[in-house]
Amino acid sequence: METAEIYEKLKKTFTEGIGELKTNLPVNPFFFVDADKVNAICCFLRDEESLQFDNLSCLSGVDYDKDNLAVVYHLYSYTLNHQLVIKTTVPKTNPVVRTVSDVWVAAEWHEREAFDLIGVNFEGHPDLRRILLPEDWEGHPLRKDYKVPDFYNGMKVPY
Amino acid sequence: MGLLNKLDARIEQFESGNIIITSADKLMNWSRLSSMWQVFFGLACCAIEMMAASASHYDLDRFGIIPRPSPRHCDIILISGTVTLKMASRIKRLWDQMPEPKYCLSMGSCANSGGPYWEHGYHVLKGVDRVIPVDVYIPGCPPRPEALIEGLLKLQEKIRNQSLAKITA
Repeated sequence: METAEIYEKLKKTFTEGIGELKTNLPVNPFFFVDADKVNAICCFLRDEESLQFDNLSCLSGVDYDKDNLAVVYHLYSYTLNHQLVIKTTVPKTNPVVRTVSDVWVAAEWHEREAFDLIGVNFEGHPDLRRILLPEDWEGHPLRKDYKVPDFYNGMKVPY
Repeated sequence: MGLLNKLDARIEQFESGNIIITSADKLMNWSRLSSMWQVFFGLACCAIEMMAASASHYDLDRFGIIPRPSPRHCDIILISGTVTLKMASRIKRLWDQMPEPKYCLSMGSCANSGGPYWEHGYHVLKGVDRVIPVDVYIPGCPPRPEALIEGLLKLQEKIRNQSLAKITA
């Protein structure tokens, strides 16, 4: 199924919370969904007979613009061999997204990475702690405004 | 005789050929540099070259260099790759667990000075010499096994010219 068809199907099921479809881009077509609707939409995408998105290929955190963070979901259906990209944005002041780790278990570590490096908080995640950086690290280094610390545990960090 | 050549020109040999005399330092150094056991760990792509050097084609075993699973058995530590800040404290601990006399080889650009992460690597220690003392720096990204072996031979040279009596005094 093409992204446009999937989009129309979602539009019919969810009356609100789904932005416009962006096509003719150098990347896969995508659309934005509301952060609080992500979990419900993902459940639908997985369970609907004609969609069957049984695989979360990738979940990425992005420092989207001056005021917002984004989370990008790359979905794939092994059963029906089609794919979908959805995005959601949250304000940097309160970056909370409902987790999808109860929809696809693979999301658990992806969400921990997005939390670790970008600082997105995933509400309902069973074990949201740093996955790559040491536990006592301060800040989220892939934010554009991140400042490299002078010292970490007594070790000089800058060259 | 290979062994006698390796020892020292100053050794004396008796007519019967069964007794040799040399200094304790020379004998100790010769045995130390002929069995440099290394800590069995690798960090990044340099570790692949280190493994290649250990395998049959380059055969580090002919220099008496074998990896040991405990730092308490080891004489040298080969920092083979990128040292992240998270790893740095572990390396320091391994180093502290090694018995004296011990030596450190920094292998490749990352361990030498941060390598390609020198500017934007918020997570990389810019040179392992910021946490432990380094005896030999091996340049390369990653260094070929030949370069690693040259570094090890340089270390052998260093050990050959040391005096344990002076170190421990």
